[in-house]
Amino acid sequence: MSMRMSYLLTLVLAGALSSAAAQPAAAPEQVARGEYLARIGNCAGCHTAPGGADFAGGRAIDSLFGTFYAPNITADADTGIGRWSADDFWQAMHNGKRADGSAMYPACPYPNYTHVHREDIDAIYAYLRSLPPVQQQNRAHELSFPASARPLVSLWQWLFFKPGSFQDDPSQTPAWNRGAYLVQGLGHCSACHAERNAFGVSRGDGSAPGARIRNWYAPSLYSSAEAGLQAWPVEKGAALLRHGKAEEASAMGPMADVVFQSLQYLTEADAMAMATYLHALPDHDTEPAVRLLPVRQADLPAVMQRGQKIYEEHCQDCHGRDGEGSLAAPALAGNRAVVLADPTNLLNVIRDGGYPPSTGGNPRPYGMPPFGFLNDVELAALATYIRTSWGNAGTPVSSANVTRKD
Amino acid sequence: MLSVLKAAYSGGAGKVLKQRRICTLSWRTVVVALALLPAAVGAPPTDSMEQRVQPCIACHGEQGIDLESGYVPRLHGKPAGYLYNQLVNFREGRRNNRAMVIMVSHLADDYLWEMAEYFATRDVPYPPPASPPANAQLATRGRILATEGDPARDIPACQTCHGERLTGVLPNTPGLLGLPSHYLAAQLGAWRAGTREAAAPDCMHAIAERLTGMDIQAVSLWIAAQPVPADTSPIAGPVAEPPMECGSVPLPGQ
Ligand code: HEC
Ligand code: HEC
Ligand code: HEC
Ligand code: HEC
Ligand code: HEC
Repeated sequence: MSMRMSYLLTLVLAGALSSAAAQPAAAPEQVARGEYLARIGNCAGCHTAPGGADFAGGRAIDSLFGTFYAPNITADADTGIGRWSADDFWQAMHNGKRADGSAMYPACPYPNYTHVHREDIDAIYAYLRSLPPVQQQNRAHELSFPASARPLVSLWQWLFFKPGSFQDDPSQTPAWNRGAYLVQGLGHCSACHAERNAFGVSRGDGSAPGARIRNWYAPSLYSSAEAGLQAWPVEKGAALLRHGKAEEASAMGPMADVVFQSLQYLTEADAMAMATYLHALPDHDTEPAVRLLPVRQADLPAVMQRGQKIYEEHCQDCHGRDGEGSLAAPALAGNRAVVLADPTNLLNVIRDGGYPPSTGGNPRPYGMPPFGFLNDVELAALATYIRTSWGNAGTPVSSANVTRKD
Repeated sequence: MLSVLKAAYSGGAGKVLKQRRICTLSWRTVVVALALLPAAVGAPPTDSMEQRVQPCIACHGEQGIDLESGYVPRLHGKPAGYLYNQLVNFREGRRNNRAMVIMVSHLADDYLWEMAEYFATRDVPYPPPASPPANAQLATRGRILATEGDPARDIPACQTCHGERLTGVLPNTPGLLGLPSHYLAAQLGAWRAGTREAAAPDCMHAIAERLTGMDIQAVSLWIAAQPVPADTSPIAGPVAEPPMECGSVPLPGQ
């Protein structure tokens, strides 16, 4: 009942405050800070369609529940959020409530943004309102039942969502606190890096594996064997976040998007802060995200020989005879992305190739050619070879794992 | 899931890639050369565009190649502005090709421009022309569209923009010679269907909409059969009096 009441209240408030245009103009510093924060939150990564107008929405976001279309969040009064007051906007980012009082799908990562302080949300609001309004009608989400029933999202919120109230931990350094604030809040790292159950809820304890996103595996940040930064110097972690590349490591697939669209704009201090916090996270063994079908011990010598032959023919000119890397390609020996328990990312890179993001710190990256012509047996042998050679202690990959669908 | 990736990436590419060893590696030579050059100390070694475009060259040979999944066009010698427009168009979703989108989706404008310039300044011989269409009516219609246009239907001659010799006009209009008719027809068809777009105003979309299916076939067959002139370089340009306006993406830094 009380929920209903507050809906009504919000509705009334929304009506009363709808003439938001009459608000005083924001200070330029606030707008500039808002632009920076919107970048770190990567609002444009979802709310700007490829080739479309900034923040005018329309980008498709695939999920287990169907396709979401991010709405227009420009200041257009009819098709955007031009009629929203700063309070309405805060309600959306902090409580997952739209101006009409209905609940927002957590496809917008407000379960993370809820940790962001009011003054930062206000700055993002000021920034969005400083941009030209774009008239572009929202496209309806295409969801399967029951996810398609928006009223059920309120039930979901009641069960699983708790609005945040981020507090600094006085026993930690300012850098750690700043990092925790950015990683948990605007950076919404856990939106990709933590496994979710059927209700889209992550378990929140460090032993859960990472999660699948767009045919990639986002490894856990709670394990130095996965994506965790516990075992690296803080500088290396910060460089990876900001430049998309650090020594043998590079951002690939969806992570390359995140760096290209968002993290490359981090100030050095904020990148160091995030890496400081991630470096200090507990280092767990995570549950395996997949169970690999074993390769028969008796078959291994032949598999390795086949893998080595392919490697020598196609890979070693760039990656080195012993996987030591070259100036134009990362080392594969001692590279955790290669030995990751889940071989999905490894196979994606070999099949499709690609470039790490070109960023301020790495403007002209070298790229990896695609090898999609290798068949499953060849790929499995090659993957097995590079995962178990030169001191790499990964598991062999069988061709059934290469073909398997998930 | 992985089989989806595989399906999208046709086995055809493999055959070609396998024949040409992908990495005709030059970085070793470059590294050695740089090590021998005292002046290069401190400069980033291996600093060659050739090494940086290795992934591109794996598919885009000096000659275009036909794969089961489609035709991989030659990039060499095409106007830099045109190539740059295409790279940005793939990144921004105006053109769609899975492999191309993966390649360019995290590359910044400046770098794409550098890649475009790299390929624009390569000079390679064109393949011999195809034989002319057997159907005389088709051949005539194709020639008329390319050289005179069809004023009644507001179709300008292809030559007015693509150049007298159809070898392109700097900075943004590509040459049309040395391309197989099925590639030309596929591009015109894609413009008509809206699956290929150029920066607005998209003149090629307007033109393709005015062409019938038969016109597309005719003009593609006729162009593909034209002998390649001795000088294949694009005209300095820009197009003097374009019959309609054509958009292009702003150059980096503009
Ligand atoms: C991962 C993709 C994603 C990111 C990142 C994202 N959003 Fe969203 N956003 C969405 C989706 C999808 C919706 C629609 C949710 C719904 O219909 O309930 C949405 C809804 C909204 C709404 C409500 C608009 C309306 O008309 O109902 C606002 C406001 C909003 N987002 C602001 C932001 C801001 C500000 C940021 C950056 C700090 C951001 N979003 C980042 C996907 C995203
Ligand atoms: C859109 C989904 C997504 C978001 C959001 C995201 N990541 Fe990732 N991340 C991935 C994927 C997928 C990978 C695996 C590919 C790779 O190794 O680059 C990854 C890899 C990583 C790696 C390991 C890289 C390596 O080479 O070992 C780190 C560290 C990382 N992410 C940190 C972060 C941090 C910090 C944030 C929040 C600021 C974040 N990620 C947000 C998807 C995401
Ligand atoms: C032309 C040089 C070149 C060749 C040939 C080449 N690679 Fe790469 N490879 C690269 C570059 C550059 C990267 C970094 C790209 C990135 O991170 O997106 C890379 C990245 C990788 C990665 C990801 C490493 C990481 O830390 O993210 C793997 C795995 C890999 N290559 C394996 C192979 C295999 C196997 C072959 C042979 C079939 C091969 N490469 C052939 C240049 C090359
Ligand atoms: C896996 C094969 C593959 C790789 C690797 C690849 N391309 Fe392409 N590229 C294609 C195909 C196929 C097309 C034609 C797409 C179409 O029909 O729209 C194309 C089209 C293009 C075009 C448009 C040409 C025109 O005349 O319209 C440009 C420019 C281009 N590629 C540049 C590059 C660059 C630069 C790279 C490296 C960064 C690259 N490509 C890597 C397959 C590839
Ligand atoms: C008004 C000027 C104009 C006219 C007239 C014109 N074109 Fe174009 N054409 C262009 C421009 C500009 C581009 C580059 C578009 C882009 O950036 O994608 C282009 C691109 C093309 C392409 C793509 C080439 C490639 O490598 O992918 C084809 C094919 C083409 N035109 C065929 C034709 C034909 C056939 C005609 C005559 C019926 C014609 N054009 C008439 C301006 C014109």
